[in-house]
Amino acid sequence: MTGWEQYRDVIEDREFPTVRDWRERTGGKVIGCFPVYAPVELPYALGMLPVGIFGGGNRIELAHADSRFQSFICSIVKSTLELGFIGKLDLFDGLLFHSICDPARNLASVMQRNFAERPAIYVHLPQNMTSPSVVPWFASELRRVGEALGAVAGRPIRDVDMARAIGAYEVVRGLLRHLYALRTEAPERISTAELYTLARLVTLMDPAESAPILRDAIERSQQRQERPKDRIRVVLVGSFCEQPPLELIESLESAGCYLVDDDFLQGWRWARRAVAGGGDPYEALARAYVEDSVHLSTKHDLRRPRAQALIESVKSSRADAVIFLGAKFCEPGLFDYALYRRALEEHGIPHLFLEFEEKMWLYDRVRGEVETFVESMLFTEATA
Amino acid sequence: MSVAPAVRYQGTIHELQKELMTRYYGELTDIAEGRSDAKNAHLLIAGNPVEILRAFDILPVYPEVNALQLAVRKVSLPLIQKAEEFGYATDNCAYVKADIGLFHAGGVAPFGTVPKADLLLCNYVGCNVYLNWFEHLAELTGSPAVNIDIPFIRTQGGEPTADDIRYVVAQLEELIALLERITGKRLDREKLRRTVDLSAQAGELWAKIKDLTKQRPAPYDAYFDSVTMMAPLYCLRGTEECVSFFQTAYAEMSAKVARGEGPLAQERFRIVIEGPPPWPFLRAFRDLFTRWGAVAVASTYSTVGGLWEFGFRHDPAKPLESIARHMLAENLCNRTMLQRYDQIQRYARDWNADALVIHSVKSCRLFSAGQGDMREHFVHDLDLPTLLIESDLEDPRYFSHAQLRNRIDAFFEALEQRRVTAAADAADAAGVAS
Ligand code: SF4
Ligand code: SF4
Repeated sequence: MTGWEQYRDVIEDREFPTVRDWRERTGGKVIGCFPVYAPVELPYALGMLPVGIFGGGNRIELAHADSRFQSFICSIVKSTLELGFIGKLDLFDGLLFHSICDPARNLASVMQRNFAERPAIYVHLPQNMTSPSVVPWFASELRRVGEALGAVAGRPIRDVDMARAIGAYEVVRGLLRHLYALRTEAPERISTAELYTLARLVTLMDPAESAPILRDAIERSQQRQERPKDRIRVVLVGSFCEQPPLELIESLESAGCYLVDDDFLQGWRWARRAVAGGGDPYEALARAYVEDSVHLSTKHDLRRPRAQALIESVKSSRADAVIFLGAKFCEPGLFDYALYRRALEEHGIPHLFLEFEEKMWLYDRVRGEVETFVESMLFTEATA
Repeated sequence: MSVAPAVRYQGTIHELQKELMTRYYGELTDIAEGRSDAKNAHLLIAGNPVEILRAFDILPVYPEVNALQLAVRKVSLPLIQKAEEFGYATDNCAYVKADIGLFHAGGVAPFGTVPKADLLLCNYVGCNVYLNWFEHLAELTGSPAVNIDIPFIRTQGGEPTADDIRYVVAQLEELIALLERITGKRLDREKLRRTVDLSAQAGELWAKIKDLTKQRPAPYDAYFDSVTMMAPLYCLRGTEECVSFFQTAYAEMSAKVARGEGPLAQERFRIVIEGPPPWPFLRAFRDLFTRWGAVAVASTYSTVGGLWEFGFRHDPAKPLESIARHMLAENLCNRTMLQRYDQIQRYARDWNADALVIHSVKSCRLFSAGQGDMREHFVHDLDLPTLLIESDLEDPRYFSHAQLRNRIDAFFEALEQRRVTAAADAADAAGVAS
């Protein structure tokens, strides 16, 4: 055990116990970050704690928000608004939203109107990756957001604090990369439920405090002696924004899959390698996002098609198959599926399409589908 | 209830528009079928740099306009279904699905044939689906593609930042260099100024036309007739033909004002309509309002590709800056929901509307996501009677005529009742006073 079980409840608790605890201890302010990618270094450099907001999970009943957003809008948009209506966001001094999709963008406006006392700061993420102007512009955008956050913090951001914040998040991102590599190598040593819980914890804690937990997890998993089970190796995509319940992830695993790569919480571990230090910290962060981030479904880089990246990931992680686990009504995810499907068929890689909602209680059907899929694959393998 | 008789909604501009659009699609078909070697670029309606394309004699192709034409001709469904067979979801924007279906059908539509793009120019203005759409087209067609990144309006003052303007102008310069490589010729800057000037003239006329619906009766329906005028505004902007179309339209509408004529025999209700129309059932949808003598005096949909009624004009003295401004701030798509609330409120006040109708379409989350909040705001904060109805702009499966009719009838009945009560109260008050 990596001790992760104790955090199971913490990551789903919409009272945000780790955040309350941090706030009581430090007296600092808290900034909620909607997925997918948020420049968390900015609030952190101002002494504020950036915290991932992933809607209501399966703990919140929608009572008000479903009259504001229609039935065909994904759940996280509605349940995040609901958190506001039922006072669960009172803990937050400001919120960051980003240009990831149309519903999330409109949510920023609706939040601002309904909760005028809590600034909803909107970040535009660049989409022309080939323009020589994109890095300087994105650096200016990060500076602008830093100023808006500075108004919440009551002090301006300093470059040295920015550099330190980049360093702090670099540490946890590096540790997560390590854990991910470990799982790809020997998935019997660290389950995805475990890895997911740890990664989710990163979104709820000061990086200085989550880093030791991750280090400990690395050590324990390295020491673990576990025989590999007869499971297929799977790359999972489609869960980059709204998150499935932990129990669903566990069902996939117990149905016979080792997940060897995934896009859960991807925006919190976006950097492929360490952000280059030195020079202007905003420019460094902007350059890393534009040039060196993983393939986010919400980042449209015409130089690197995502379907191609998926195929590469399948190859490099020696996966047997792909599971597309998309949030219901998530348009960017559903669009990607059409391209993924085409590429997977072209490369003869089997895949399974599944949809989930954060507010899910029953996993039997999904589990049944995955079992059938796994069995058919193991059968094909045995008879080949 | 008293309903108006059925109406024919035709006029000179409708005929002229048909003629222009037939010619435009003829030009596209000529390229597709090898009779013309003109270059074409595919781009999107929301604020765009079509003036630059026109200055290079590159023909603009608008997949959105193609998609809506397919829906109007009632041929969108099999194409949508074709795309769904290829893995597109029921929840993906049906404009995209119809267009992808059209690609698989060789681009052959009842109104013309869509040529392969020499450039896929994704002007990312607000709608995130645009990025997916053009990414998919790039994969399918292998045409070169470029994104022009337009930062969304996100500051307190509702204005783009100076960095945003510089960034967009820089990207436009990069686009010019790319087009010079594609066409093998240098940009004629004087010609660019002329196309920008032609856009300014069209914008001026369009703004004046829009102003006319402040009159009682409004000379035309600012939703259903505006869409007729929007086609030349987008497909032909930056040309002489476009300006002359709007001169004719302005003359026709002004003459109607002078005669005290509206699109219906009697204008009983003045409404603002928010959201795109249900293209596959445009006529049937219009009739549901006509029955009540309801005329749209303003609409947000007519501003997706540009907001001219509040003063914006392209500026030939600053061609790239004004194109950048158009793309950044002077169109509905790149503005926030709250700016849209203000826009509607301004319409309701300055155009004297009795009610707001929100047509919520499943395909277009840019418009629809959060319209429940919009209704809440207008009903509770502003006391403007508001109706929210749902269908789709492209997919005929989401149009339920009976349900829409019930909702619309109930709404106007209540509105009529409200009027009677208000008149009675006013009479009582007058009685007390006298
Ligand atoms: S789940 Fe998908 S549609 Fe919903 S907010 Fe996230 S990215 Fe947007
Ligand atoms: S979502 Fe709306 S704006 Fe975007 S492509 Fe579809 S119809 Fe057009």
